[in-house]
Amino acid sequence: MFKNYFKIAIAVLRRRKFFTFISLFGISLTLTIVIVLASFIDHLVSAGYPDTQRDRELYVNSLRLMSSKQGYSNTGPASFYFLNTYVSKLKTPERMAIGSIYVATNTYVNNKKLVINLKYTNDEYWNVLSYYFLEGKAFNNTQLVNGEKVAVISEETRDNYFGKGVSAAGKYLETDNVQYRVIGVVKNVPVTRVFAYGDIYVPYTLSKSDLNNKQLTGMYTAILQAKDKDDLPKIREEYNQMISRMPKTDKEFDLIYSYADTYLESFTRMMPFSSPGNSGITIFYAIIAIFFLLFLLLPTLNLVNINISRIMERSSEIGVRKAFGASSKTLVYQFITENLILTFIGCLVGIVLSFLIIQVINNSDLISHADLKINLNVLFYSLLATLIFGLLSGVYPAWRMSRMQVVHALKAQ
Amino acid sequence: MIRLQNIEKVYRTETVETLALNSISLDVPKGEFLSIMGPSGCGKSTLLNIMGLLDAPSKGGIQIDAQATGNLSDKQLAQFRNQKIGFIFQSYHLINDLKVLDNVELPLLYRSSTAKERKQLATEVLEKVGLSNRVKHFPTQLSGGQKQRVAIARAIVGRPEIILADEPTGNLDSAMGNEIMEILINLNRQEGTTIVMVTHDEQMARKTHRLVRLFDGSQVQ
Repeated sequence: MFKNYFKIAIAVLRRRKFFTFISLFGISLTLTIVIVLASFIDHLVSAGYPDTQRDRELYVNSLRLMSSKQGYSNTGPASFYFLNTYVSKLKTPERMAIGSIYVATNTYVNNKKLVINLKYTNDEYWNVLSYYFLEGKAFNNTQLVNGEKVAVISEETRDNYFGKGVSAAGKYLETDNVQYRVIGVVKNVPVTRVFAYGDIYVPYTLSKSDLNNKQLTGMYTAILQAKDKDDLPKIREEYNQMISRMPKTDKEFDLIYSYADTYLESFTRMMPFSSPGNSGITIFYAIIAIFFLLFLLLPTLNLVNINISRIMERSSEIGVRKAFGASSKTLVYQFITENLILTFIGCLVGIVLSFLIIQVINNSDLISHADLKINLNVLFYSLLATLIFGLLSGVYPAWRMSRMQVVHALKAQ
Repeated sequence: MIRLQNIEKVYRTETVETLALNSISLDVPKGEFLSIMGPSGCGKSTLLNIMGLLDAPSKGGIQIDAQATGNLSDKQLAQFRNQKIGFIFQSYHLINDLKVLDNVELPLLYRSSTAKERKQLATEVLEKVGLSNRVKHFPTQLSGGQKQRVAIARAIVGRPEIILADEPTGNLDSAMGNEIMEILINLNRQEGTTIVMVTHDEQMARKTHRLVRLFDGSQVQ
């Protein structure tokens, strides 16, 4: 039966080449956008260089201070003081990486201004994240404690500052009038991996800001790494208890909200639809799903129209099939199957197009150091989108056609 | 084999009501070759469609092989047509996107049969209608007579007890028409298939066992 459907689907596609082209163009363009978007979302959400162990990590991305009387709040990254005084005392995490949000610094190479994004980190940062060192190594605890002016730089910074491919280890780099000795060069990190991105990484002890300032919000984030992913709920619990026990020293803000979240939650937590106790991740997923459905809606309606006119041309065939024993249900299956074949061909074209577009994005400066790819996750969601697209655009025309009276169908030729 | 009781068919639009069939009662015994004649628009094809369960009467009942068909569901009607009835149309109604063999296999797709069985049965009937050398052709590569022979092969491949033919020779020249008629007569004689044929051709009608004439939706003979 399926072979017959397949034969006829291919024959119909070949018979009306212009219609086929228009249909396939619409389908493949739509699915290309879906696949590229899926790849981008996967790039944002899934583990990737150098943050490869997200399944056993929790993130402290923000802290919200609220005034219960006045009703206003202050949300932002945590201070070094908060992380060092409270979070670092947690017992369940195996390690804690502390990193600042990056700060733009300026330097000049051959009279040309170069902006270098600087990140302050602790020494554990290099054990939590799996940077690939092209040269040298990271700074250690002694160098951190002693406040040595050492730096790990990215490959791009090395190439821009010292020359492409020129060894940088042991050389000096000056930015914002501070001279650092380069002790390591790491492979570039995409700008979208905000916990790990930087052009230059230096010990937090070199920070010009007062690390002992007892303000709770500041410019630091943390990654809590568990021994095992089964420990993550315990870390959350311990973190929540720690927050509830924190002394309320601030007169203005009497409520403190902060969470050890999964990677994605740490971002949705900052969205307007989140609330204390609710990371907003469910709403985020719903928004993404609705966005994709709405995005698919317009091309679906187009394809529905094209399908209806294609199917109506085949009313004689519908009449004959019904006359010889096909029930309406069987015909619905047949036309949906045919439409799925068409959308899967469109999907294959879409995958090839997406692959090319992703190569272009990765090799352009559109997203700095992007490493978008079509992996199994992306492929799965793309096939799911294809299936939904194929069903949405196939069901209505197939149902309408199946309701056609045999006699009318046969006369319509 | 086929029993029509007081069949009425009315076509209604918002303003007009047209009586296409008026109280037709007809018995077609098993093994009979019956022809239906009448002027254009007298309701011949409507009657045939109702006999073939392709259209529902406005009033009256149809029994096929002693079974009332009035309350059958869409699925049951489909099964009934598939098992009991084969259709031959004036304009062949072959599926141009499918090869001859696939066209003939069509009724078997809606039964539980394997691809091998379908191919074997279709090949056998194509041999019977003299088209064994055209199995891989597409309908557009065939003459009118050949197309009608493919349509006959498709109608008989499932071994139905009834063949309903709507002007099967209407689009053919007389030589081709005679050939098709011969096939139908042989089918009736050798297999005992009950055949009801709508025709305009008096000469063809005379070759059948019985002739029913319609005029303005009523049976006049």
